[in-house]
Amino acid sequence: MQRLEVAFLEKAKELLSSGQVNRVLAYKKGEFCYDVSPAVFYSVEELENAVYNGFCGANLSKYLIQESKKEGKVAVFLKPCDTYSFNQLIKEHRVNRENVYVVGIECQGKFSIEKFYKTGVGFVASVQEDLDSVLVNGETKIDRNAVKLERCLVCKKQHVVYDELLVINEKKDGDLDRFEMVKKLEAMTADERFAFWKEQLSKCIRCNACRNVCPACTCTKCVFDNDDSQISSKANADSFEEKLFHIIRAFHVAGRCTDCGECSRVCPQNIPLHLLNRKYISDINEFYGEFEAGKDIAQKGPLTNYTTGDIEPNDFKGGNK
Amino acid sequence: MQELNKEHKPLIVAFCCNWCSYAGADLAGSSRLSYPANVKIIRVPCSCRVNPTFILKAFQKGADGVILCGCHPGDCHYTSGNYYARRRMTLLFSMLDYLGIERERTRVEWVSAAEGAKFSKVMNEFAKTICELGENKRLEDLRCKD
Ligand code: SF4
Ligand code: SF4
Ligand code: FES
Repeated sequence: MQRLEVAFLEKAKELLSSGQVNRVLAYKKGEFCYDVSPAVFYSVEELENAVYNGFCGANLSKYLIQESKKEGKVAVFLKPCDTYSFNQLIKEHRVNRENVYVVGIECQGKFSIEKFYKTGVGFVASVQEDLDSVLVNGETKIDRNAVKLERCLVCKKQHVVYDELLVINEKKDGDLDRFEMVKKLEAMTADERFAFWKEQLSKCIRCNACRNVCPACTCTKCVFDNDDSQISSKANADSFEEKLFHIIRAFHVAGRCTDCGECSRVCPQNIPLHLLNRKYISDINEFYGEFEAGKDIAQKGPLTNYTTGDIEPNDFKGGNK
Repeated sequence: MQELNKEHKPLIVAFCCNWCSYAGADLAGSSRLSYPANVKIIRVPCSCRVNPTFILKAFQKGADGVILCGCHPGDCHYTSGNYYARRRMTLLFSMLDYLGIERERTRVEWVSAAEGAKFSKVMNEFAKTICELGENKRLEDLRCKD
């Protein structure tokens, strides 16, 4: 795995020093091994602080909305799931594709620091990565799947848009069914579902992190920032507002959400937001035919399209009663 | 409390498109066909003007049932508005169901300007369903109830 990081640094240096691009969008070290953050590097010297490892979960696509509009070309390292988001942004004319040099980079699944703690390691000072295991603090070996983000267990695997690929090893695992939990919820009774969501959504502190991080949320003026909407940037006053915010947030990205998993990753309250997004995705698949946002940009989005024979809103069966 | 609930008259909000369903409601009125007085009609330019927030807001402000009426598929004044509305409402209703909110509280019906009788029938039926379901508890804003 260390080989990949070396190759990443070499590539970044080469792109900068050859003048092919004038900046690189990647990840920089933090104070601890796990607080890696997205950053733009303008020189080979600055790349001293660049890293690429299991903690580089952040989806860089959204940064390209701004970055691709600046002077000169930007190079970016995108994981398979990130390329779906980028592709969707291309489709929606939100990025300037000509200004971006995309290196599709290998990903063996990114980490959730909480999952490390759950395995019982008290602290994480260093992590050495292998394809299917990780060595924490130089002593505790853990199965890689045990510390992966949820989204990496249902990986997309392929890069859908790139100028070149930087892949040394094939992706291992990540083949679970992403709709499993959605199906489980649908099979519950309405009361159980209501109780499940009430518990989850009432944890929300309306920090708006899920919206801010989402590469599909790109409106310049968001409904949640509109004071007249009565649901702008504030803590929920009651249980209704919890639902209102979440239904609307997920609805606004329905048909455009690539299921990149960023919203669930950043939520400080660990609300499984992907279960809302995936409900819309599975409904779209069922009612209007298989559709994967970001995969093929020539295909029309399901909510900007229709057929005269579409199912009637009163007719679908719905989950258990 | 029990007493109060028995007397509870459900509040129903009906979004009607200007070109067909609102005219249908008008016809029902001028033909002296009755529909429940607790159905509050909100006129919208086209069924696709209604975005999910409208529906949720109606519930928040105390509605017990929300129905959207538009021109029959193929007859939308703007050609295809109701086809888009149909997809949006299908997904929204399915999501509400997923959250455990009674599926029957939301409805879509296509009512033309000539269908005064259908309008009255639909509203009577819907009001009956909502009466049976009782007060909307799962999507209400407590501040709006006294
Ligand atoms: S990130 Fe989590 S807590 Fe913050 S607004 Fe979104 S759901 Fe609520
Ligand atoms: S809603 Fe969540 S999973 Fe979907 S695109 Fe936005 S951040 Fe990614
Ligand atoms: S004008 Fe009636 S549905 Fe569009």
